[in-house]
Amino acid sequence: MLKLETLVVAIAVFASSVAAPAQAGQTNVAVAANFTEPAKEIAALFKQKTGNEAILSFGASGPFFTQITHDAPFQVFLSADAERPKAAVEGGYAVKGSEFTHAIGKLVLWSKVIDVTNGGEALKAGAFAKVSIANPAAAPYGAAAVETMKALGVYDALKAKIVQGNSIAQAFQFVDTRNAEVGFVALSQLFGVTAGTRWLVPQDLYTPIRQDAVLLKKGENDEVAKAFLEFLKGPEARAIIERFGYGLD
Amino acid sequence: MEAFAHIWQPVVLTIELATITTLSLLVVATPLAWWLARSRAWWKEAVATVVSLPMVLPPTVLGFYLLIALGPSGPGGAVAGLWGARTLAFTFTGLVIGSIFASMPFVVQPIRNAFAAMGDRPLEVAATLRASPMRAFWMVALPLASPGLLTGAVMGFAHTVGEFGVILMIGGNIPGRTRVMSTAIFDYVETMQWREANILAGGMVVFAFAVILSMILIEKRVSRARA
Repeated sequence: MLKLETLVVAIAVFASSVAAPAQAGQTNVAVAANFTEPAKEIAALFKQKTGNEAILSFGASGPFFTQITHDAPFQVFLSADAERPKAAVEGGYAVKGSEFTHAIGKLVLWSKVIDVTNGGEALKAGAFAKVSIANPAAAPYGAAAVETMKALGVYDALKAKIVQGNSIAQAFQFVDTRNAEVGFVALSQLFGVTAGTRWLVPQDLYTPIRQDAVLLKKGENDEVAKAFLEFLKGPEARAIIERFGYGLD
Repeated sequence: MEAFAHIWQPVVLTIELATITTLSLLVVATPLAWWLARSRAWWKEAVATVVSLPMVLPPTVLGFYLLIALGPSGPGGAVAGLWGARTLAFTFTGLVIGSIFASMPFVVQPIRNAFAAMGDRPLEVAATLRASPMRAFWMVALPLASPGLLTGAVMGFAHTVGEFGVILMIGGNIPGRTRVMSTAIFDYVETMQWREANILAGGMVVFAFAVILSMILIEKRVSRARA
């Protein structure tokens, strides 16, 4: 009989150990590529504090929006702009009133080949063959890059030199591999990067990149999704976001 | 009319890319296939394996290596330096190089099979008629292998038209230079231009259907002619 008892206890212990992590929840978050690194840190801290897991997918905001309107299994959307979360609410794909600005993006001109510390002058001189940007139609940082070049009056001269990355991550990678001499990237991507020269694009040259987060319809009744958004608003997350060079509201 | 030009441009570019890639591949792949079919070297199957790798590898692997190889620190950068450029990425030439690697197995395989299938006999006969090996190759082997060459050319062309991952990674999406049909469709879908995406995607389906059907019909005709 002792053996049977041991077996029952063993099963109970095993069952509880299996059940415990099942109580911790998961939520799927679509993250604009520029926010990759801070999102990873925030998710790690979120897990440490709450035991819940935010599973992150990274990409350009445009395709994410398209996927969300086609029933993608995301509960939270961290866009690189304010327009797409707004459109998601208007289209009935996101919860009204849940959108808020979690970060204000900064655009940087970056090069590992030429000196771009006087960015405006370097762009006017045009002593490079390729300038890498994110696809302006799909990624807000790409649109901001085009705006900047237009504001400086160099867009028409540089148009033929533009190469487009599918997201800001690819725009960064083109410069990082030195295939493009210069490129417009997000300041957050240069966190911890010492290589090359950079120019923080003055804020008056492009529309501020207000990056909004929104609770999607699929997360409307999901406590973990809501908790993650609350955590994103909290002081610990804000400290991380600020450290990566974003502005805050 | 402008919208039409917008859609038409990647179509023209894709046809140019596939044509140049196919012609280059016929020049490169035919001697290679000949060697693979006739050589007795023990390491020839290792070469055949390397040629076939792109069939199995994800295009991203090829795209990654090409991005490095075509760039300023790779051989592509050195070649580009000849005319004062720094990289072959983002250029039409770069796409041709990438497509040659990606489509190579689809061209080499049918040509090799055709050379192997004819056996030694026709060449021995040509030799007894005092044809030089070179002449025998041009006058006997190539005409006999022509169905294989045709299959290889069609497959190479079709596969280049269908290539996406490599081009996405090394192209830079430049209209008129590296923005081909497959990446243009991706773009249209990303930006929700469904009408344009539909036109191009529908065209691709019709094209692929026509290619495969004509392949089957050619094969049928050839095997009937031989029977």
